[in-house]
Amino acid sequence: MGRRRSLGDLSYGLVIGTLATLALLIIVAPVVIVLTTSFTEGRSLKFPPTGFSLQWYEALFDPSKSRQIHRAVSNSLEVAAWSTGFGMLLGSMAALGIARNRHRLARVADGFFLSPLVLPGLTFGLAALMYFTLIGFRPSLNLIIAGHMIVTIPFILRTTTASLSQLDPALLDSSQSLGASWLYTLRRVTLPLIAPGIFAGAFLAFMASIDNVPVSLFLSTARTDMLPIRMWGMMESTLDPRIAAVSGVLITAAFLLMLVMEWTVGLTRRMRE
Amino acid sequence: MKKLAEWQLALPLTLAFASIFLAPLLMLVGVSFFNDDKITEPGFGQWAKFLGDPFSYKVIFDTMMLGLKTVCATILIGYPLALVYLDASPRLQKVLIFVIVMPLLLSVVVRTFAWIVVLGREGVVNTVLMQLGVISEPLRLLQTELGLVISLTQIEMPLMLLPLISVMSRLDPNLRDASAALGASRWRTLFTVIVPLSMPGLVAGCLLVFASSTTAFISQTVIGGVRLIYLPLLIWQQSLVVFNWPFAAVVSITLLISVLTVVSALSWLGRRSGGYVHG
Repeated sequence: MGRRRSLGDLSYGLVIGTLATLALLIIVAPVVIVLTTSFTEGRSLKFPPTGFSLQWYEALFDPSKSRQIHRAVSNSLEVAAWSTGFGMLLGSMAALGIARNRHRLARVADGFFLSPLVLPGLTFGLAALMYFTLIGFRPSLNLIIAGHMIVTIPFILRTTTASLSQLDPALLDSSQSLGASWLYTLRRVTLPLIAPGIFAGAFLAFMASIDNVPVSLFLSTARTDMLPIRMWGMMESTLDPRIAAVSGVLITAAFLLMLVMEWTVGLTRRMRE
Repeated sequence: MKKLAEWQLALPLTLAFASIFLAPLLMLVGVSFFNDDKITEPGFGQWAKFLGDPFSYKVIFDTMMLGLKTVCATILIGYPLALVYLDASPRLQKVLIFVIVMPLLLSVVVRTFAWIVVLGREGVVNTVLMQLGVISEPLRLLQTELGLVISLTQIEMPLMLLPLISVMSRLDPNLRDASAALGASRWRTLFTVIVPLSMPGLVAGCLLVFASSTTAFISQTVIGGVRLIYLPLLIWQQSLVVFNWPFAAVVSITLLISVLTVVSALSWLGRRSGGYVHG
């Protein structure tokens, strides 16, 4: 009896261990492989790469050779900054307004604001393209900013609502009973306590905007090119090795950002909540 | 002066959502009921064309199957990883969560591109298999459904793992100890204690992975190629290549409805199994 159980436990360790290792391998290996390939000397992206050189990074950073990519990067950053900025403002206001409200209408509004998370992005992207075109707007970065704000605001709402629900109501009561106005309480008590939540959400929203495909696919044009769409173009036609260099830069950026966010707001802890 | 009610703080966002989220979606529905691509003649023509074509059903079916296969694959290897995370020391947990979350911050396009390098003719898989002498000709992995499912498994994995881990870390460790002390094997503890209790996380993960993989336009087109046709590719072709907006609207409403149907079915199943656990 005891022997059979230990055999069962052994098989458990073996099966679970193997599958988990496979999962880790599948998560990490492609990232490492792309990073390695980006330093290739050759003209194609085979693995293992032939030799070591920085030629694709040089080509990528060269303003005359890669002007289109640079413009796409600056467009993407601009859109992400504005959409996150507006998202933080409108999102934290809305969270303050309805997060602790038990009214049925507040719950409905909450679900409505989070719905872009489950709605297929392409459906909204196409809808936005038709809407903006049919009411007479010309394609511009402003429209992309508006579209990105809608699909990234749920991230800000979620983390802000989570921080608000952890806020001890006694703190607000004591502030108010000591004579502080509603605005003063907001400025000196509520906001400082929920700020890490707002910023964690803003960070996720910013990254989601940089990475957004479905909305940019429909709203961007040659003049308002966005980075993911440009990269898609680079993969679709001839496989341009500069894309490995772009990937290398983005991998490094994601890694550094992750470290910074971990130290400042404890991102992973917040995401597990 | 009357004091501002707190809920009024939500008004600006409500206005923004009404004008740039709800209005476009309503317009999308409206456009789908026009017969011609100039959007002048109202009618059910496009719906009839789409629903009368057997090819449409094949594309819908393929898209949903792609989502389900990806969900199964992420559960198969993601769930064991979550179990390992549960048993790991706090230090190892920090490393694991870092590894799991990082891909989420990495552009989907980069993750897709990574798989081209891995699965391509001169990619890692083919190089290794050829050198080991397993195969003599490079395997075709790109532009196959298998390659696409493998890639999507990695691309969507964080969406499965995060809700799973968040639910699992809140499980009372005493339950597992009690189960072991009462003589249950680790397999039995897994299937009678851990799996039922982690069901909310598992269901949440399935929903996210399904919704994301069925609509992953870039991965589907780049790794799947043009021969594997899924609903997102059809929407893109009809709207930005053929410029038949009413038909594109029909397809994207179909995508919305099919995804939401499977998602609600999954969450209904999840709630049922949840009810079984809590009595």
